[in-house]
Amino acid sequence: MPTPRTGRDRTARDNSLVTQLRQSKRAGRIAEAASVGIKILLVKILLLGIVDAISVYALFVLFLKQDWVVFGLVLAVTLIVNWIYFSKNALPAKYLTPGLIFLVIFQIFVVGYSGYIAFTNYGTGHNSTREDAVASLIASAQQRVPDSVAYDITVIEQLGAYSLLVTDPDGRISVGSADAPLREVTDAETDADGVATALPGYTSLKFSDIAANQEVIAALSVPLTDDPNEGVLRTPDGSKAYLYLSDLVYDEAARTMTNTTTNVVYAEDRTVGAFAAEDGTELRPGWKVEVGFDNFARAFGTDSIRGPLINVTLWTFAFAFLSVATTFALGLFLALVFNDLRMRGRNVYRVILILPYAFPAFLSALVWAGLLNPQFGFVNQVLFGGAEIPWLTNEWLAKFSIIFVNLWLGFPYMFLVCTGALQSIPGELQEAATVDGARPWQVFRLIKLPLLLVSVAPLLISSFAFNFNNFNLIYMLTNGGPRDVTAGVNVGATDILISMVYKVAFVGANRDYGLASAFSIIIFLLVAVVSIISFRQTKALEELN
Amino acid sequence: MQVNNRETSDRIVARKSSFQFKRWFKATGWRHLIGVVMAVFSAFPLVYVLSAALQPGGTLITANGLFSKVSLGSFVTLFNLPQQPYAAWYGNTLIIGVITSIGTVFLGALAAYSFSRMRFFGRRGGLLTLVLLQMFPQLLAVVAIFLLLNGISDIFPAIGLDSQVGLIMVYLGGALGVNTYLMYGFFNTIPASIDEAAKLDGAGHARIFFTIILRLVAPILAVVGLLSFIGTTNEFVIASIVLISPENQTLAVGLYQFVSQKFSTNYSVFAAGAVLAALPVMALFLWLQKYIVGGLTAGSVK
Repeated sequence: MPTPRTGRDRTARDNSLVTQLRQSKRAGRIAEAASVGIKILLVKILLLGIVDAISVYALFVLFLKQDWVVFGLVLAVTLIVNWIYFSKNALPAKYLTPGLIFLVIFQIFVVGYSGYIAFTNYGTGHNSTREDAVASLIASAQQRVPDSVAYDITVIEQLGAYSLLVTDPDGRISVGSADAPLREVTDAETDADGVATALPGYTSLKFSDIAANQEVIAALSVPLTDDPNEGVLRTPDGSKAYLYLSDLVYDEAARTMTNTTTNVVYAEDRTVGAFAAEDGTELRPGWKVEVGFDNFARAFGTDSIRGPLINVTLWTFAFAFLSVATTFALGLFLALVFNDLRMRGRNVYRVILILPYAFPAFLSALVWAGLLNPQFGFVNQVLFGGAEIPWLTNEWLAKFSIIFVNLWLGFPYMFLVCTGALQSIPGELQEAATVDGARPWQVFRLIKLPLLLVSVAPLLISSFAFNFNNFNLIYMLTNGGPRDVTAGVNVGATDILISMVYKVAFVGANRDYGLASAFSIIIFLLVAVVSIISFRQTKALEELN
Repeated sequence: MQVNNRETSDRIVARKSSFQFKRWFKATGWRHLIGVVMAVFSAFPLVYVLSAALQPGGTLITANGLFSKVSLGSFVTLFNLPQQPYAAWYGNTLIIGVITSIGTVFLGALAAYSFSRMRFFGRRGGLLTLVLLQMFPQLLAVVAIFLLLNGISDIFPAIGLDSQVGLIMVYLGGALGVNTYLMYGFFNTIPASIDEAAKLDGAGHARIFFTIILRLVAPILAVVGLLSFIGTTNEFVIASIVLISPENQTLAVGLYQFVSQKFSTNYSVFAAGAVLAALPVMALFLWLQKYIVGGLTAGSVK
């Protein structure tokens, strides 16, 4: 029977433990310090030097652009990174930081940013800030002043950017470019008539250069002053410039745009981010504003969007489920068929059967799009003797084709996985069951299948998650079509959620980043719900230690 | 009883003598039948692409006459398209794929090492987060990625839109989420006593990692590298919005745009491009299939 230890004993022992621990820690540190080779140290300093050089450059550029938020972030990250790699502790951080930086910016931040965009009207016509919109509106309404004096000009170039060297009728010489209004210069070279022809630091363009770049030069508009209402100089021919004034005049104090020919006043409308007249006509482009839940209200409130959205969501689930079910069924069946040691040439079959999996997926979809082409494709022309079966253009046939092609793409994976899982089931189980009088079907259903499902269930879930966002197959095979003409957005019968996001945001003339991001957020929520349910079911996370 | 027995033996004798085939069929023959049918189903589209590629100046309709004519004309055309720089696409795909996979392996291995060998605050939470992040692929945030790169291009055009460096950075953002857990499992199978022995001999953490652990986990590094390479080669969504000018694009983006413009008339040139694009990926895959399949299942099956 162990004697109970006295309190003094325990303290003495704890003390000695603590000293030991401290000593071993110190020994560890000394060993660590001694073991750092000079080479490793040099590499470390070199890499940190490169990182710091890049950040200093970035900070410099950001300082010039006066982008203080990003400036602060870059500075903070740089300081943290330097601290981590020079500090003696923070060992895990040394290994995690490089990956974490990319992860935080390009996977976590972008999710939050999607959330922000979903609450804006970002998209075609609302791309930028109000200042940019004003400048671009004024520029687009420029017209040559009928009685404008002709300015003698020389087109000059510096680092690939064009400027105008202007001699006005009074003989004053100034230089300006699209970004910089005219400023007077004194060191220009002039010809006999007093017209400036060259400026130190710039190259004067010859006639042939002007002819070669005529479009760019004709589009060049140099503001007279900082005030956009003063007008700009433009040169149709590269030798004379004329004053161009905009029909639109911007009033900074009242925040209105006035059309000087029609005298219509467009007032700023902060809720839509555009200048609008009293009768409701808007000037485009507008600018980006936060619109609250407008995008979600449009997605769920407008019939022409809600209907397609619901259909697309249902089809996404149906597609993902059917994909997993069909590929798993075929893969399992084939695994059972080939899981017989008496059969010869199993390896040959195996190699041929995984060919579809080895072939790049985006190419497979395009190849099948050719095979299934209604007019010219092999399936219709050869297999069905010239019938024009609309495999990809009929709503239901297109859905069938997608499941079918996905079966071709996906069964090899399930075949491989199931073969592996079947082979890991001990043979004695089958023997014991057979001895007990079980029929082959019973052996399969009651013994093999449950054991198999235990090991492949997590893979089925990840397969479901993959197919839920299987953009390539849908977009390359049917392009989401046939298009739903009644829908208020560009969406078709076989579109899944992610391809709808892509089409709303990037396809066609009217890009709507706000609405697309709202759809993205909906996908995030759906995926989150599915993950929570599936992880609960499989308890995969409990294995973590 | 006797009658019964005789009947059975009679049947066996009869089958043996006249129906050898039937018996063979019942044992393994039907398996071969299914095997042949499935082999045709699996391989036919690939044979079709190959024949279309060898069809000189072929369209979708002439591609139906399998191997009726054979020439390398389409391959020559492929490399001389004025608007579609196929050779550049090929090079870009290889460069982006190789750099991304090396970066992914390196970042993932660093993280997996710290999760496997060190004990620190937030370790379990970090692992859980990474497992959950697998469910949310980057392409869900494709709009935000586009606008983020658009913003970056205003400040640093070299890493913004239409830059391959920018695209690689985006891909590296997905490096930890997908692979760390896979690698973590493999790192755990390397006994910690090896680290301790090295530590006693005076090796520091960096030396243990670079000279000992990385060599022992080489198989999983190869698997992750390959999967990442194949994944990058197949990636379309993000590449298509980031890479704008044709000479910067990858095969997935370029070939899709090429074939979608004039689907049926360009088919044999597209097929030639597809054959060339698929060859390295398929060769790698078939050569290393044992490891890839092992890696695919290792992550979740234990």
